[in-house]
Amino acid sequence: MKPNIKIPDFSNTAIVDQVGVEERASRFTKRSIKNETKMNGLLLALNMIDLTTLEGKDTVGKVKQLCTKAVHLHEAYPGLPTVAAVCVYPSMVGVAKKALGDSGVKVASVSTAFPSGQAPTQVKIDDTKYAVENGADEIDMVISRGKFLQGEYNFVFDEIALIKETCGDARLKVILETGELGTYDRVRKASDIAMYAGADFIKTSTGKISPAATMPVTLVMLEAIRDFYYKTGKKIAMKPAGGISKAKLALHYLVMLNEVLGEDWMNNEWFRFGASSLANDLLMQIMKQKTGIYQSSNYFSID
Amino acid sequence: MAKINNTNEEQRLEVLKTYKIYVGGQFPRTESGRYYVLKSKNGDHLANVCQCSRKDFRDAVLAARNAFGGWSARAAFNRGQILYRIAEMLEGRKSQFVDEMTKQGLSLKQANEEVNLSIERLIYYAGWCDKYQAMASTVNPVASSHFNFSSPEPTGVVSVLAPNDSPLLGLVSLMAPIIAGGNTCVILASSKYPLSAVTFGEVLGTSDLSGGVVNILTGFVDELLPYFADHMDVNAIVLSDQGEPQVTLAKEKSVFNLKRVFQYKNINWLTEKGQSPYFILDLQEIKTTWHPIENIGGAKASY
Repeated sequence: MKPNIKIPDFSNTAIVDQVGVEERASRFTKRSIKNETKMNGLLLALNMIDLTTLEGKDTVGKVKQLCTKAVHLHEAYPGLPTVAAVCVYPSMVGVAKKALGDSGVKVASVSTAFPSGQAPTQVKIDDTKYAVENGADEIDMVISRGKFLQGEYNFVFDEIALIKETCGDARLKVILETGELGTYDRVRKASDIAMYAGADFIKTSTGKISPAATMPVTLVMLEAIRDFYYKTGKKIAMKPAGGISKAKLALHYLVMLNEVLGEDWMNNEWFRFGASSLANDLLMQIMKQKTGIYQSSNYFSID
Repeated sequence: MAKINNTNEEQRLEVLKTYKIYVGGQFPRTESGRYYVLKSKNGDHLANVCQCSRKDFRDAVLAARNAFGGWSARAAFNRGQILYRIAEMLEGRKSQFVDEMTKQGLSLKQANEEVNLSIERLIYYAGWCDKYQAMASTVNPVASSHFNFSSPEPTGVVSVLAPNDSPLLGLVSLMAPIIAGGNTCVILASSKYPLSAVTFGEVLGTSDLSGGVVNILTGFVDELLPYFADHMDVNAIVLSDQGEPQVTLAKEKSVFNLKRVFQYKNINWLTEKGQSPYFILDLQEIKTTWHPIENIGGAKASY
């Protein structure tokens, strides 16, 4: 598939310094970001959102509403960017695709028996195929955490490679579900496996398990991306998801992204936030910056 | 065993209290790190008082908004019980309040009067909690087959500027009708007598009142008034002895979300004029319900 990339021995990946990572991650939260920088950061974060609804109770109406929100975030502020994508279950891909039309907002679909991933490989392939055939631009797959924790790294690797093949032109996001992996060392190992197996994105969480995205875990993954880039010259995108609901936290993540991977990654091709309520908090902060008045959620659309 | 001999009053170093603010049921310092020095009449250093910033106010409004659902949904009778409980707690700490007020320059007689009347006032509004609804509700005569009735409901989050010349009674007299009616509030204490307000926060914190229902800040009116008036998530603002320019400013800034503006001016809180169920009704909204019925009170026999 990629003859120029040499696959390493995954039983021997880099060890993560837990104390160091947590200390460094906490320092990113100490930067002071004000005025135009803050405004630009807020707008950028808004443009990086994968607006998400992944619930058993999702209806066609709910997905249509979310798609409308994705394109018309807040009409009181003309010229706002749209979000990057709308993220839904495979059964809703067709609905979302139609609702978004030519707005430029992408449709992302979770697949591979999301969120548990506990299904036969063939079912996962069919799941992915269905989403792609219905028009998904991006596929968010989950890895088999059970197999990973049993040490069956080749199984996990092969599965990711198979799904990547099934994706065709769709970009593949690989969800590690870091909350179930337990240690930073395993997060690092899973990141490496995913990237070598052909992931376009690595993503922290499904949003169904707590803890979801945290700054230290995202830092470990960003460093894995950086090391992979130095080794192979190939850029991988990052998507923290779950638990990022405040604008201030989103700005902290952007600081971290900039200081670990640099400006080349500071756009929605290479970085996404998986979130739903983050959008409204960003909008409220943007309106606060614009008007000088603290906002109320009553004046923003429901997400 | 050797006796610890620094327990007599002359040798002992008094342990001074850090006067902090009361937000969301917690006692944080101001996020700004600023304080002003409060001195007694003869120039003694009494305390360093938090000089709150707009961000403290923002945090307090968030706490008040989060507390509103639970507080307004409580049974009116239970709200009355909790107001009564506040009075009980205040009674138990009477001497502390009297001591603090005399240090701030009140005479012993004035201090006793302030505390006693504050307790009475809380009991007064505890009684009104489940009675003003019946007093203010109406059944309306309508010319259609409807049972039509109107009743008061709490308006939401209220920002309050307590009177500057009263250490406790003014604050209690403004606060009690607001929370008796199911609202939550953020109060700026008197900058001249802030100590009793802060200590009153401790009373509230130990009296079954959920965190965030009442939030007490210390600082300066001129700095904070614009935010008290223009915050979009505040539904009403109550002023007391502020001057004409300040009231005008509050009215102007309140138009963005059509806040209700009330000023209770020249009210002697020591008298009967300082307590009335109409203070509760000022911060209520009347909701009218049209309930379809088959016919009106047998006005037309249909059998």
